[in-house]
Amino acid sequence: MPEPLVECREVSKYFPIKGLLRDVGNVRAVEQVSLTIHKHKTYGLVGESGCGKTTLARTIMRLVPPTAGEIYFNGQNVLTFDKDELMKFRRETSIVFQDPYTSLDPRMIIADVVGEPLSIHGIAYGEDREDMVLSLLDKVGLKPEHMYRYPHEFSGGQRQRIAIARALAGDPEFILLDEASSALDVSVQAKILNLLNRLKENLALTYLFISHNLSVIRHISDEIGVMYLGELVEQGSREQVFDSPLHPYTQGILAASPKLDPDKRTRSEKIVLKGEIPSAINPPGGCRFHTRCPMAIPLCSQELPALRDMGEGHMVSCHRV
Amino acid sequence: MEKEDKILVVENLRTQFFTYGGVVEALDDVSFEIFNGEIFGLVGESGCGKSVTVASVMGLVQKPGKVISGKVLLEGEDLLRKSEREMSWIRGSRISVISQDPTSSLNPLFKIGYQVSEPMIFHRRVKRKAAWAEAEQLLLRMGVPDPAGKARNFPHELSGGMRQRAVIAMALACNPDLLIADEPTTNLDVTIERQILNLVRQLQKYLGTSVLWITHDMAVIAEMCDRVAVMYAGNIVELSDVRTIFKHPAHPYTVKLLNAIPSAESTAKELDEIPGAVPQLIDPPSGCRFHPRCERAMAVCSGEKPEDVTIEKGHMVACHLYS
Repeated sequence: MPEPLVECREVSKYFPIKGLLRDVGNVRAVEQVSLTIHKHKTYGLVGESGCGKTTLARTIMRLVPPTAGEIYFNGQNVLTFDKDELMKFRRETSIVFQDPYTSLDPRMIIADVVGEPLSIHGIAYGEDREDMVLSLLDKVGLKPEHMYRYPHEFSGGQRQRIAIARALAGDPEFILLDEASSALDVSVQAKILNLLNRLKENLALTYLFISHNLSVIRHISDEIGVMYLGELVEQGSREQVFDSPLHPYTQGILAASPKLDPDKRTRSEKIVLKGEIPSAINPPGGCRFHTRCPMAIPLCSQELPALRDMGEGHMVSCHRV
Repeated sequence: MEKEDKILVVENLRTQFFTYGGVVEALDDVSFEIFNGEIFGLVGESGCGKSVTVASVMGLVQKPGKVISGKVLLEGEDLLRKSEREMSWIRGSRISVISQDPTSSLNPLFKIGYQVSEPMIFHRRVKRKAAWAEAEQLLLRMGVPDPAGKARNFPHELSGGMRQRAVIAMALACNPDLLIADEPTTNLDVTIERQILNLVRQLQKYLGTSVLWITHDMAVIAEMCDRVAVMYAGNIVELSDVRTIFKHPAHPYTVKLLNAIPSAESTAKELDEIPGAVPQLIDPPSGCRFHPRCERAMAVCSGEKPEDVTIEKGHMVACHLYS
């Protein structure tokens, strides 16, 4: 078994709703999530919008403090890092965001966009920095002449390459890819996904890949976690989650997603997940999925099912499994 | 097939935009036809001309754009010869559109019920009260729970899926002959997308409306459409029934595009890449517009624009490999 790189233990994140005098409630964005990301693996986190994928990832990156729980990076508690340790953590980890049109400063040339982390972390200055930027651009498939251009001169796919080059600048171990391919056209997405896979092999990287797109998650991930309304409902290897899904929600979204084969059209009569994702302000009691679950029994509305191991690391939280 | 079987015939449509940078040849000789009661898919990547096709059909090409030549025949009548006044009658009653973003196609200042009844009041001269009642009925048919309550809501009070249902209700308010769905599920989550896809399919079966379904998502095409046209850089490069496109794609672009999509069916670690980027249409490549990126390009490809070749009944491809 490969070593764990990132470990979350019962991480919760609530956002208070401010009233006039006091807090009037909480948005329970992430609820007691435990997960482990192994070295040199891609962990895919999938779920519908508002399910807490990004909040969990931001908590892991220590961009927002968790309400409860512990996060470990390389065995060290991320939440107790002092200023120097945090700086080192920031160098060892980095993020690529969804929209390459808003994640790059329009007033900076590419040499500065990619070179900025090098200066901040004191890795290289002046001509050394330029050389390093050149080699970073080369790694992501951009040309030297791109160095002195502005972001608006690039296409979406090229911008995402720039964002990846910047993420690689500090020679990180761990990269958070938050919907990194979602804004791109399929043919461009294919290039970015191939690039990410190559970089992972060559530079021994570990990814946390967030997406709502099931086929992308299936393509890129080694391990997969499925989130629903702040909870991790199922976790396992790609084969476990996609070939033998156990949680009714996972089964539901897999059945719902359109297939790339006209002969496999979903029949309209087939059960589809009814209704919509409830609000996280007053989430349903018990299992949060019971309001939409086709298999729900009375117990589901009363008791929160624990995440149980169904063998070989295939974890699921459901009373009916 | 007889002329009567076709609800919409688009012939040699050419739309250009006259910008300061030069003439953008957004649509270059686009032809297709939609039969009565079918779902016709138009698929392609951003900038290939899908939305310009919609705008040209609807007579909504804005300056500096202009439809240069071609015909858009709705049941035999050429829409390009209609006056703006006539077009505004046709839009909403005989052709209607569901757009990608339900938030921006609803007016935030009016209640859902009013917005759904507006086309009835405008086109069918229905009285306000009767139209409101019909709107509630329509919302109910769209699977909106508590339609009377939702009709009194403003758009911001509804979820994305509910808003899209309201927009579909609006589009169907006058029982149009042709429904144009321009990426209607792109902004929705999988489970909501599935609900909307099933809804449209049920409605289409029930009402017999013809649908022009525009999307960049091949999987949605596979789910929904009867026939499909693949667009690239302002051209239709391949057109056939949906099974043929997926089982025996002929045009090199279609083949590449299908192999670039990560899917359960293919387990390859590397996705197929198309070298280069989509060309600028101000100065499009000569001959076949795909030739600079095509692995199978020949000498003739850069010189001559390929003719539409029918390689099988109903399977058209524009590529020199087949001529």
